[in-house]
Amino acid sequence: MARKNIQLDHAVILDLIKSQSTVLDLGCGNGDLLYLLIKEKKARGQGIEIDDQAIYKCVAKGLNVFHGDVDTGLAEFKDKSFDYVILNQSLQQILRVDKVLTDALRVGKQVIVGFPNFAHYKSRLQMFFKGRAPVTESLPYQWYETPNLHFLSILDFKKYCRAKKINIESQVCIGENHRILFLRNLFAQVGIFLISK
Amino acid sequence: MIKDKKIIQNEHVGIVQTQTFTFDQLKLESGEKFGPVTLAYETYGCLNKERSNVILITHALSGDAHAAGVHEGQDNPGWWDEFIGPGKAFDTDRYFIICSNVLGGCKGSTGPSSINPKTGKPYALDFPLITINDIVCAQKHLVDYLGIEKLLSVVGGSMGGQQVLSWLVNYPNSLRSAVPIATTIKHSPQQIAFNEVGRQSIMADAHWKSGNYYDAVAPTKGLAVARMIGHITYMSDKSMAEKFGRTKKDIAETFKFNPLEVEHRRGSTAAPGSLPLTGFTADFEVEGYLRYRGDNFVKRFDANSYLYITKAMDNFDATANRPLQEVLQGSSVKVLVISFKSDWLYPAYQSKEIVKACKLAEVETTYCEIDSTYGHDAFLLEVQEESHLIKHFLKKVFYAYEVTGEYGA
Repeated sequence: MARKNIQLDHAVILDLIKSQSTVLDLGCGNGDLLYLLIKEKKARGQGIEIDDQAIYKCVAKGLNVFHGDVDTGLAEFKDKSFDYVILNQSLQQILRVDKVLTDALRVGKQVIVGFPNFAHYKSRLQMFFKGRAPVTESLPYQWYETPNLHFLSILDFKKYCRAKKINIESQVCIGENHRILFLRNLFAQVGIFLISK
Repeated sequence: MIKDKKIIQNEHVGIVQTQTFTFDQLKLESGEKFGPVTLAYETYGCLNKERSNVILITHALSGDAHAAGVHEGQDNPGWWDEFIGPGKAFDTDRYFIICSNVLGGCKGSTGPSSINPKTGKPYALDFPLITINDIVCAQKHLVDYLGIEKLLSVVGGSMGGQQVLSWLVNYPNSLRSAVPIATTIKHSPQQIAFNEVGRQSIMADAHWKSGNYYDAVAPTKGLAVARMIGHITYMSDKSMAEKFGRTKKDIAETFKFNPLEVEHRRGSTAAPGSLPLTGFTADFEVEGYLRYRGDNFVKRFDANSYLYITKAMDNFDATANRPLQEVLQGSSVKVLVISFKSDWLYPAYQSKEIVKACKLAEVETTYCEIDSTYGHDAFLLEVQEESHLIKHFLKKVFYAYEVTGEYGA
């Protein structure tokens, strides 16, 4: 469902979350998503963010946020302290993805992961025809300035979940402004997964 | 009981007056009953009808009740003036702010320099060994006296932060939120060590005379050195480099900023120019600064108070009775923890310990390590970022309770 003035990935996550749940947003940035979840779903939210300027924006929105990095921020939480742990557009920037995902699945009853799909056709075309690292809408950085440490596709993530015996409870793939229902690994720019263990 | 507060001009709280409140007896943590106790305090802004807009500000080691505004006929503003006033972090248009001088202090509250009613002389070392919890217990008496059941927030940096933690642990139901800044659950050996050097410096001064100096010369040299050590720990390598570099002072000014040496010279019979300390004058800016700070400090601070208060800081342990997370468990209190990147006296890891306890207790918490080069002094100097955090945090706490149950505009 499309809402006005809401980023599509945020709208998707908003739909995935039950109202009045507790949410931990890892790498919450300016807090736009968290604010939305609190306002629309009466969620109880907590963010973790490394950038101090982003924290000031979160605090101005009235959000609770911890200054810290995602790689170490989870360790101190008790098991299942949140209904949802969200890693939206932060997974690919985490140093130790496997450890963080394992910890997120420990701390959250469910985990929502959103990441840019490296196997999007535009990336493939750029690689194939230009022979260069792709720069697209969802992967907008040059190789020398990207904050992204990992490049994964929707298929990669599914394979990872299978190998780790992680349940995929829901998956939504989106393009620039709509959901992708067919050939998702080719046409989706972003994959959003609701997973649990 | 509480008079309407002054007309506000130019975003300052204007002329303020220190008031006092005296009560008969304080039961100290040691079990000893001590009294009478007087607390000096100031208030800014107006108390609302519901008495729900009250913020208690707790001061650091050398602070006092004069946190904002100016006293009649004087021009030095309070120690946190840039944070307190209309539209500022502690917005006096919204909130009623209280700041009191700590028990054991020397700026109007009962301390070792106060007259012991039993003897008619200053207490000196007959003053009981007080704790941070005792200091806070005295503040609770004041808050009760002012008729305030629940504080909107308790906020303080450094030793003020220790008091905030003490409030959280001892009176969790008397506050809606807490803002411990650049502080710690308990002092590290390094922090205790610096305080001990300060105390030794005072006690090594021949004028200290086991604390009985009130009718004679005060141990100003010892206290000045203690303060100089303090100031080193309040700054950072970088802030010192930026402020002073290796710049040398103008020699002609040396003596003005050189209390220790001037005093030394006074006691010497040698002619000027042939003094034993020649060659060891305050050549560098940083030397002059420390001497100047030391000299100024002895004019306004009592050496015995310094001993008692630093000891209280060292002995403080917010987890002494039970773990902080256990105390906070199930509490609806909201917490804002602030630390500063270059603060090596109260390093960020100590603030993160507080945050960890809040996490485990599932208390609504915000933590920010402000990017600053000022060192520990940053909590007094990083006005913009710190104000931003405090202002929005207080607004959230105030309006969540006060108006809509949602975040304020």
